[in-house]
Amino acid sequence: MRLTADSLASYSRFRRVMKAASYQRAPAGTQPDYLYPPYVSTCKRSPKQPLILLSHTLSELTGPVFGHSDIGENDNDLTHQHGGEALGERIIVSGRVLDEEGRAIPGALVEVWQTNAAGRYRHRVDQHGAPLDPNFTGCGRVLTDREGRYRFVTIKPGAYPWQNHQNAWRPAHIHFSLFGAGLLSRLVTQMYFPGDPLLPFDPVFNSVPDENARNRLISLFDWETTIPSHALGYRFDIILRGRQATPVEVSP
Amino acid sequence: MTTPPTASQTVGPFFHLGMSYLERKNLVAEGTAGEGVTIRGKVLDGDANPVPDAVLEIWQADSAGRYLGEIFPRNSAAPRFLGFARIETDDNGEFTFTTIKPGRVRSPDGSLQAPHIVVTLFSRGLLKPLLTRVYFADEPSNAEDAVLKLVPPERRPTLMATPSGERGARNVPPNIFDWKIVMQGDRETVFFDY
Ligand SMILES: [Fe+2]
Repeated sequence: MRLTADSLASYSRFRRVMKAASYQRAPAGTQPDYLYPPYVSTCKRSPKQPLILLSHTLSELTGPVFGHSDIGENDNDLTHQHGGEALGERIIVSGRVLDEEGRAIPGALVEVWQTNAAGRYRHRVDQHGAPLDPNFTGCGRVLTDREGRYRFVTIKPGAYPWQNHQNAWRPAHIHFSLFGAGLLSRLVTQMYFPGDPLLPFDPVFNSVPDENARNRLISLFDWETTIPSHALGYRFDIILRGRQATPVEVSP
Repeated sequence: MTTPPTASQTVGPFFHLGMSYLERKNLVAEGTAGEGVTIRGKVLDGDANPVPDAVLEIWQADSAGRYLGEIFPRNSAAPRFLGFARIETDDNGEFTFTTIKPGRVRSPDGSLQAPHIVVTLFSRGLLKPLLTRVYFADEPSNAEDAVLKLVPPERRPTLMATPSGERGARNVPPNIFDWKIVMQGDRETVFFDY
């Protein structure tokens, strides 16, 4: 089987674009290892054989592209996805999605999921005895704007118990999933809240060896996005791997 | 000045809540060109126990070896094959999806890669995703594939979906392939550092 002339032309155009993008390896300690025994589930789910270093091909440099048709009307307001308003402390979570050099990543799909105010997920395997809120599902999604900004209205999630060790509790967190320019930029992470007393005891949070990298998972309380008499603002900026390709290099 | 990427964290056991809306077990739409294939498999942990809370994200080229997004102009009239889906494992750690066999995609060295699907695996217990690929065991071009050449020959079979010899029911492509993802152990699947 041979590539068509058309796809070859597209490929060389694409290659010019991707040359401007570059993917460097994360500095030591800024990402968790697969094996982190304090988080018990890593023990049987982390590879033991050596990983094979991959040269980046078109298969990894490309990735799915999402548009506004993938987003519903109330997808960025988790407090208004049902007939009534969700219970709990209303908050605004916003920030920017940037590349490693601080450039905005527009059009990135940002997905979030979280517990309700009581620390309960609307999920069939969540056994926590805290109440469900009929007006809160706990998931949302949004595309970043031209400046890489995103914004969600939600309620502050609760801490919840888990089975990792005796009296284990996850600190309050919001799960984030992001799609950037290509597969190599894909990121799933968790956002935490400042001053949470559970953070020093949480093996998931503490799996990140580098203290600065770990602390960047904690959102900042933000007066600027706090709305008087309505909701506190928390700011969480996210850095995706890879410097942005410069669009001007695309031939028409 | 550069800032390292934000640290990865596990998807946890409740990812379905935020991720299931992109789950699609069939990527073949009306008019999609190419040879239909169904890949069915199972995800196993280091004790060979099934992993019922994993999600695969697959990414592949169309039957002509083209990826959506950067390849087609946005207003192109060409039929669009998305090439992306999420597939969750069930209570038995099993998954299945139907797609078309991708075409061959060029490598940086100019050679053509063998047909393959890139698979990113997420689960509870994975602090960052595992990246792997699935190839087709009956494909002669595997011998020329630049990425497979990086893999020790004795480990290459872990990247191969093998023809089951079974034919699907009506409206299901006849070619059913079996594949297994072993997260840890002697028969561990090859995962890539990227
Ligand atoms: Fe969680």
